[in-house]
Amino acid sequence: MSSHEYDAIVVGGGHNGLTHAAYLAKAGLRTVVLEKNDLVGGAAITEELGVDEAGPGFSFTTFSYALSLLRPEIIHELDLVKHGFLPLMMPSSFHPTGDGDYLLFGDDHAQNLQEVRRHSPRDADAYERYHHDLDRVCQAIRPLFDNAPPNVFGHDPDDAADVKWLVDHLGGVDRKTMHDTVRLLTGSAADWIGDYFQHPAIQGYHASSSVIGSKVGPMSPGSGLVLLFHKMGEHDGHLGSWAFHKGGNGGFTQVLARAATAYGAEIRLGAPVSSVLTDNGRAVGVVLEDGTELRAPTVVSALDPRRTFLDLVDAAELPLDLVDNVRRMKFRGVSAKVNFALDGLPVFPALPDSVDHYGGFLNIGPTIEYVERAFDASKYGWYSEQPYIDGAIQSVVDPDMAPPGKHVMSCFVQYAPYELRESSWEAERERFGDKAQAVLESHFPGFGDLVLHREVVTPVDIETRTGLTEGNIFAGEFLAPQMYFFRPAPGWSQYATPIDGYYQCGSGTHPGGCVIGSPGRLASQRVLRDLKR
Amino acid sequence: MLARVIRTTPFHPRLSELNSQQLYTHWQGTLSPLRYSHAPKHEYFAVRNGVGVFDTSPLYKYAVRGPDAERLLSRTLVRDVRTCRPGQAHYTAWCDDRGYVMHDGVVFRHSADEFLLTAGRPALSWFQELGSSLRVELEDVTDAYGMLAVQGPRSRAVLAALAPEAETLGYFDHVPAKVADAAVTLSRTGYTGDLGFELTVAADDAVAVLDAVLDAGRPHSIRPFGEEALMTLRIEAGLPLVDIEWHDARLAFTEADCVTPKELGLGWMLRGVRDGSRRFVGSEAIRRELVDGTSRWATTGIVVDPDDWDRLYRRAGLFPPKSEHPLPYESMLLDDDPQGGHTEIGYCTSFVYSPALQRHIGIARVRPDLAAPGTGLRLELAINHHNTTVRVATTPMPFFEPDRKKS
Repeated sequence: MSSHEYDAIVVGGGHNGLTHAAYLAKAGLRTVVLEKNDLVGGAAITEELGVDEAGPGFSFTTFSYALSLLRPEIIHELDLVKHGFLPLMMPSSFHPTGDGDYLLFGDDHAQNLQEVRRHSPRDADAYERYHHDLDRVCQAIRPLFDNAPPNVFGHDPDDAADVKWLVDHLGGVDRKTMHDTVRLLTGSAADWIGDYFQHPAIQGYHASSSVIGSKVGPMSPGSGLVLLFHKMGEHDGHLGSWAFHKGGNGGFTQVLARAATAYGAEIRLGAPVSSVLTDNGRAVGVVLEDGTELRAPTVVSALDPRRTFLDLVDAAELPLDLVDNVRRMKFRGVSAKVNFALDGLPVFPALPDSVDHYGGFLNIGPTIEYVERAFDASKYGWYSEQPYIDGAIQSVVDPDMAPPGKHVMSCFVQYAPYELRESSWEAERERFGDKAQAVLESHFPGFGDLVLHREVVTPVDIETRTGLTEGNIFAGEFLAPQMYFFRPAPGWSQYATPIDGYYQCGSGTHPGGCVIGSPGRLASQRVLRDLKR
Repeated sequence: MLARVIRTTPFHPRLSELNSQQLYTHWQGTLSPLRYSHAPKHEYFAVRNGVGVFDTSPLYKYAVRGPDAERLLSRTLVRDVRTCRPGQAHYTAWCDDRGYVMHDGVVFRHSADEFLLTAGRPALSWFQELGSSLRVELEDVTDAYGMLAVQGPRSRAVLAALAPEAETLGYFDHVPAKVADAAVTLSRTGYTGDLGFELTVAADDAVAVLDAVLDAGRPHSIRPFGEEALMTLRIEAGLPLVDIEWHDARLAFTEADCVTPKELGLGWMLRGVRDGSRRFVGSEAIRRELVDGTSRWATTGIVVDPDDWDRLYRRAGLFPPKSEHPLPYESMLLDDDPQGGHTEIGYCTSFVYSPALQRHIGIARVRPDLAAPGTGLRLELAINHHNTTVRVATTPMPFFEPDRKKS
C-alpha cells in the first residue's frame, strides 16, 4: 500500500494540465490538479463581466478566443462529447481591404475562388495551388506534430529507433513538399505568399496567421513557421478552419474539467504551488504557497518552461546547459486583447444589411505592409499606432455569449510588446485600447457608439493572471530553435526532466501553444510508459 | 411558352429574398432550398445552438372530417389514433395489406371528428377508397396552408414573444394561436430532434406570420435553414425519410425493397397488434410477423470508429473527410468475423458526419440477431478508388437527444 495521497500531481489547471490529468486518471492514477486561480482553464477561460451600463449576460473570452489546433484524437480518447464538447463552426472570414472593399471567404470553395477573382483574376488558380501545396506540407509533417520528437541526442536503442522512424518518414516525402516545408519553417510568410499571389489584399489575408503571438512581422524569416503551425488546426477535418466552442474556450476547459473529474481526477482551485519537493534527485511531491505539502511519486508541471525549471525547482539540481537554455528561451509577448460589449452589430459600409460576414474572424490587417509596419514599433519597445486586429463577434456564432440583440467582440491586438520603453502598461492601457478602437472605427464607422464596455488585457495582465512568462501566449515563442526536439531545450523535448518523477506537459513542450492538448496528451504517454502502465 | 410546373410555397416571396445561393431542389414539385447561405453547417448550428426556420409547406396536408373520421384513421394508421386526444398530434405511418410501410406522416387531432394528416407522398385516393363506406370527408388542403418549422433551443423564447401558448405547450401537443393577427396552429413538432415548433397558417397570412417570427428571432440570430442542414439534423435525430430509408411498398417491385413498421424501427407504434385487439390495413400480416418472429431486419444506428476512419484515409494519402453532407448511396454492412469472410448482413441507408457528436453516424438495417447495441460490424466504402471496410458499432437511436426536446 502506497503511503502517497496521490499517484500524480499536476501543477496548473490550464487546458494541457487538465488534458494530462484526464489521461492519467483514465489510466487509473490517483491524480490531482492544482490550480492557482479560482477557475480552471489558465488562458482558456470565459468570464461574465459586470457591464454596469448594459446589465449582466456578457461573456468574454478574456484571453484565448477560438479553437482549431485541438487534436481530434483527444476528443475521442477522452470522450469529450459526453461532457459537452460542442465546437460551433465559424463559417466565414472577413478581410476589409482598406479601400472600402473586402474579401469574404466562406465554406464554399467555388464562391471563395470567385471572391479572389473579383479582386485578381490571376490569383484565382494561385489560390487553389496555394492551399493544395500547404495541405501537402501539413500532411507531411503531421506525424511529427502528433508524436513526441525523437531524442536525437540519446544513445539507447529506443532513441535510435525513433530517429530512424523520423528519417524514414522524411525520406518518403516528395522533393517539392520537402522543399516547401523547409521554406515555410525557415522563411518569411511574405516570401512564401508572394510566390503565389500578387494582389496586396489577398496577400495580406493569407499572411494573417503568420504573426499571431510572435515577435515577428510577416516579412521576418520565421513567420512562415507561425503560419504553418496555425494551418495544422482543423474543424471537422477542414484544415485551417476555426471553431468557437460553445461558451468560448472557457466552455471548452470546463468540458475538460468534467472529463478529468469523471475519470476520477481531483481538481483543487485556489491552490498555488510554491515548489516541487525532491529527495535525492527524485520528485516526491509539492508544497503549496500556504505551506501544505502534497506527496506523489509523479509531479507534472503544466506551467511554462521558465516556471517549470527555474521557479518550481532549484536550478542547482539541473544541468547547466538546460538552465542556460531556459534562461535564454525567448518569450517576448507582443499580443494584447481588447474585448468589447456592443449594443448591436457594427456596420461595414459596403455590406450595410449583412450579418453573414460576421460569422468568423474579422481580419484587420489589409496588406502585408500594414502588418509589417504595425510590427516595426514593437522592435523599438512601443505598440503599434495602427495595430493588426484579429476580431470575432462571438455572439453571432453563439448567441448565449450576450443578451438578445447585444454582442460581444473579442479583439486580439498586435503589436503590444511586454516591455515598453520609458512607460508602463498601467500607464498606456487605455491609450492602447483607444488605438485599437480607432482602427475599428476606421473600418466600421460608428463603432464607438456601439461600445457598452471595453476591457483591455495587456501582456502584463496575461502574465499576472495566467502565469505565462512575459505574456507570451504560446509559453515560449514559435521560433525554429525553440521547436520540435529543441522545445523547450535540446535533450529535454520528451516531457521528462533531469529530476526523476518530474515531468512537463505545458505549451512550452512539443508541439507548442494554442488550445491544442497535444503536450498534455503526449506527456501522459511518456509518464504512463515510465510507470509501465 | 412552357407552362410553369414547379411551384413555390406561400413563404417563398420572403424566404427567397433571404437566400444568397438560389440553390433549390424539387420537393414534391415545389422549390425547396438546399441552403440559404454558403455554409449549411452554420444553418445546422443555428438549430442545435440557437434557432432556425424551415419551410415545410410542400408536405401533403389532408383534412379528415366527419363522424367516422376516427374510425377511418384507426383502420388505416399504424399507431392507435384513438389515443390521440384533441390538441395532440401523433407521428404515424400506414401500410399496404401485406404489412409493408407505404408512408409516414403526422396526424393532428383538432376535435373528436376533425383531423389534419400530413404525408410525404400523395395518399388521398388511398384514404378515400378505404373510407368510401364511412361518414368521412377527405380534402387535400395542401395549397391552403403554409407550414413553418421553428426549431432549436431558442425557438420557445422566440415564439413565446408572439404567442404565449408556446411557453407551456407540451411535446407533440398543438393549440390554436394568433401570430401577427393571423390564426395559426402552433404545434410542438418538427423533424430535427431538438426543441421545436411548427406553425400551420393559411397561405394568405404566411408571409406576415413569417415576418413576425423573423422579427422576434432577430435578437436571437434566427436564420432559415435548408434541406442540407435538415438532413444532418434528422439523421442525428434518427428520423427515417421516405425514398431514403424506405420506399412506398405499393410502388416497389421486390419484397427486398419493402419494409414492415417493425423492420423500419417503428415497432413502438404497434401496441395492440400482437394480441389482435387492434386492426388496421396490414395489421394481420404484422401480427404474424410479431408472433412468428419473422422480421428480416432490425433498424439500428451505427457509429464509425473514428480512429479506424482516420487511419484508412491517412494510409491512402488522403485527408479523412468529415462531411456533413450525407452519402448519396446505400452502403453494405458486413459482419466483423474475419473467419466468416465478412458476409453481408445489412445495409446503411443514411450516413453523415455529425458535428454535434464528432463522429460519422448512420441509419442502418441489420439482421435482427446483430442489432444489440455495441455489436461490431464493418461498413463498406471506397477509399482512393479501392473498396474497403471501416469498423462500426451498432448504437440505439436517436443519436442526439437533448433534454430540451421533450421538456
